Amino acid sequence: MADKPKPNDLLSEINYTPPSRKWMDTPVEWKKGYYCYGAKPKNLDYIGFPNGREWNVTEQDWKLVDNWKEIFLEGMENLLKKFRSFRLFMDICVRCGACADKCHFFIGTGDPKNMPVLRAELLRSIYRRYFTIAGKLGRIAGARDLTEDVFKELWYYFYQCTECRRCSVFCPYGIDTAEITMMGRELINLLGCCTDWISGPLANCYRTGNHLGLQPHTIKSNFEYMLDDLEEHTGVRVEPTFNRKGAEILFVTPSADFFAEPGVFTCMGYLLLFHQLGLDYTWSTYASEGGNFGFFTSNEMMKRLNSKIYAEAKRLGVKWILGGECGHMWRVLHQYMDTMNGPADFLEEPVSPFTGTKFENAKSTKMVHITEFTADLIRHGKLKLDPKRNDNHTVTFHDSCNTSRGMGIFEEPRYILNSVCNHFHEMPDNTIREQTFCCGSGSGLNAGEIEELRMLGGYPRANAVKYVKEKHGVNMLSCICAIDRAVLPPLIDYWVSDVGVCGVHELLGNALIMDGEKERENDLRGEPLPGMEDKGEEE
Amino acid sequence: MGMIFSLVAVIVLVAIAFMGAKQNLLGLFGVAIPYLAVLVFIAGFIRKVIKWGQSPVPFHIPTTCGQQKSLPWIKHSSLDNPSTTLGVVGRMALEVLLFRSLFRNLKTDMSDGRAVYGSNKWLWLGSIAFHVTFVVVFIRHLRFFMEPVPTWVNAIDAADGFLQVGVPHLLITGVVLLAAATYLLLRRIFNAQVKYISLPADYFPLFLIIGIAVSGILMRYFIKVDIIKVKELTMGLATFHTTVPDGIGVIFFVHLFLISVFFAYFPFSKLMHLGGVFLSPTRNLANNSRAVRHVNPWNPKVKLHTYEEYEDEFREVMKSEGIPVEKES
Repeated sequence: MADKPKPNDLLSEINYTPPSRKWMDTPVEWKKGYYCYGAKPKNLDYIGFPNGREWNVTEQDWKLVDNWKEIFLEGMENLLKKFRSFRLFMDICVRCGACADKCHFFIGTGDPKNMPVLRAELLRSIYRRYFTIAGKLGRIAGARDLTEDVFKELWYYFYQCTECRRCSVFCPYGIDTAEITMMGRELINLLGCCTDWISGPLANCYRTGNHLGLQPHTIKSNFEYMLDDLEEHTGVRVEPTFNRKGAEILFVTPSADFFAEPGVFTCMGYLLLFHQLGLDYTWSTYASEGGNFGFFTSNEMMKRLNSKIYAEAKRLGVKWILGGECGHMWRVLHQYMDTMNGPADFLEEPVSPFTGTKFENAKSTKMVHITEFTADLIRHGKLKLDPKRNDNHTVTFHDSCNTSRGMGIFEEPRYILNSVCNHFHEMPDNTIREQTFCCGSGSGLNAGEIEELRMLGGYPRANAVKYVKEKHGVNMLSCICAIDRAVLPPLIDYWVSDVGVCGVHELLGNALIMDGEKERENDLRGEPLPGMEDKGEEE
Repeated sequence: MGMIFSLVAVIVLVAIAFMGAKQNLLGLFGVAIPYLAVLVFIAGFIRKVIKWGQSPVPFHIPTTCGQQKSLPWIKHSSLDNPSTTLGVVGRMALEVLLFRSLFRNLKTDMSDGRAVYGSNKWLWLGSIAFHVTFVVVFIRHLRFFMEPVPTWVNAIDAADGFLQVGVPHLLITGVVLLAAATYLLLRRIFNAQVKYISLPADYFPLFLIIGIAVSGILMRYFIKVDIIKVKELTMGLATFHTTVPDGIGVIFFVHLFLISVFFAYFPFSKLMHLGGVFLSPTRNLANNSRAVRHVNPWNPKVKLHTYEEYEDEFREVMKSEGIPVEKES
């Protein structure tokens, strides 16, 4: 956003009263900053996706294949047969409107087609027309023909949904727009119309094992930077291993955690924790991505990328898998991985080597969430913690959509936070836990070219942060999601300012007392710990 | 447009029944159409549920609305995020009987440049009043299809008339049903967001149900019909010894015809949420997908990028960084 509109200008434009013109008669207004760039053929070709071509979203001609309509409708029939959720959600909506104002994109943009019910109706109108008896009556039955303009409209709005499932919490039938968006995107991908921002990471992840395309030596050197910093801050040299056979545990986290700030500080927290514990674990460069952009594309692509985790666990001969802080990564691991790539009968039921706790809730998938692992350690008194080291932070916690509404991880991170810092305040009830608001950039929408849309979509989250900043002086927004860590800083800067963003394990890393550590003067960001502000100057 | 269309459609239906009764087509409107409607309802309902059942649930996708069951010392939310079948039964019961999700409803407003979320239980109240009274009215009508009338039906009837006003006693559910349906209709007309998303298929069932309720209330309190003869007809339907007594009154046939249309329309409409709610995979699955493997019957074979291919591409840089490899070259 070179010519960034001012926050108040954007807010004053929001109007929740829909226009008088019927939605079927209202064409898409292609607003710059609201749509992503189209996928490049080289990325689609690399992962074997069909119909890759040079095309431009803003041009009239999308260069769709001649039989695009046939492909779309056949694909739709196929998905209706494969997913009960899809067929059911196409049939049973009563349009009560309970979901309408629950979507962060609707709250932020006021665009009526961002009401979850209407996002679904965009596709439901096609379903009625081609797959129901009544739909043959046409418009009076809420049906419409599939035309190129309709396809473009679907595209526009299915890339304005972050699959956060907030609407599904409020729906009396549990209709889940994430599910509908996923189906819509499957169809979009049949026609080679993925976005550039999603297809790039897909191709990268398929080839190098991670979205960012980091090759083994780059991963290694990124770690060296972190290890040097850690040594400087703590006096302890941490020595992680990579692709080590015979380790007890494989650790997998989003590659963003060892790529850029502030994710790297969370990663440094993991490294300190594992070192202090003496955990027998390894990283993998092949399975170097916990996240899964396949989830935003098609169930098959999700499976292809996810397969690396079990394959690597098997090759290395580990007993079980530990997963870092990430949102959609955990929805895939929790609700999809075992089904797609299991059974993981070559692994053992996870047991904490330090507390003996059996993670019964992960006994089939054999993958444990790091906050479950760490909360258990703290509960059993296995960690020495000095929460005063975080006294310069007044912390709140952003529940990530996927871990909230696709798992129900609420207390584990809060337990850790309350153990590692002294000042913690919740955001208002209607904006946390299962009612949490999306960062506005999930499901592959963290592209630079849609920053305006992301700022608006993230507005409800930022609004709640602003509230606790003013009420409690909150200056640190913690979370357990790598996309959050990447996108919340610019969001908060735009709407709130002066609130940092961190992972839960960054704060843990600050508070963790390491054996053999020197007097800690700095936090993991290299900034002075509370009470140490003058130290740097004295030396 | 959708609203006017639906209103006109229901008025036309009333006119058809009215004229049919006037023309003394009583066998058609009193027997044939009701039988046909029930047949269409049953067949259509079953067909739809089978259709849903034929599509599998490939992934385990409950929407979790509370703390998961993980560590033993963390209190888990057994109803909003059930981990067992019993918990799921509880969650579904709350959903189906008490409209748990709708009870969460909020209203989002912009006020002083910030979004605020206010409690908004009106939709929940209107819906639950509508559905509960609908069920009670339905049960009350069993008295027309059973002889002797079971005690529990009489009990419900008596409870419904607890106000003890008027002759015959005013049955409160009929009035509440009409009021709730009217509320749901007015909401569709006056709430701009709901109006925007409403289709003819949303107005039509409301007008139809309002028509049914109004004709029923008229018949009970104002335009009296011969209730003995009505029961003769309905018992005939129930026992398959059909009979159409003379002189029942036109309003009864209007009432019966609207109900017949309601039944026949049901399986092809959004009213199927009655059956669908039980099948919703975001609500009827336990959140135990890491403890118990969920099987996808069509789990696809996919092309993978294997470790061997990966090592072949990156072997040299891996070796130079001291990362273990499977093959030296």
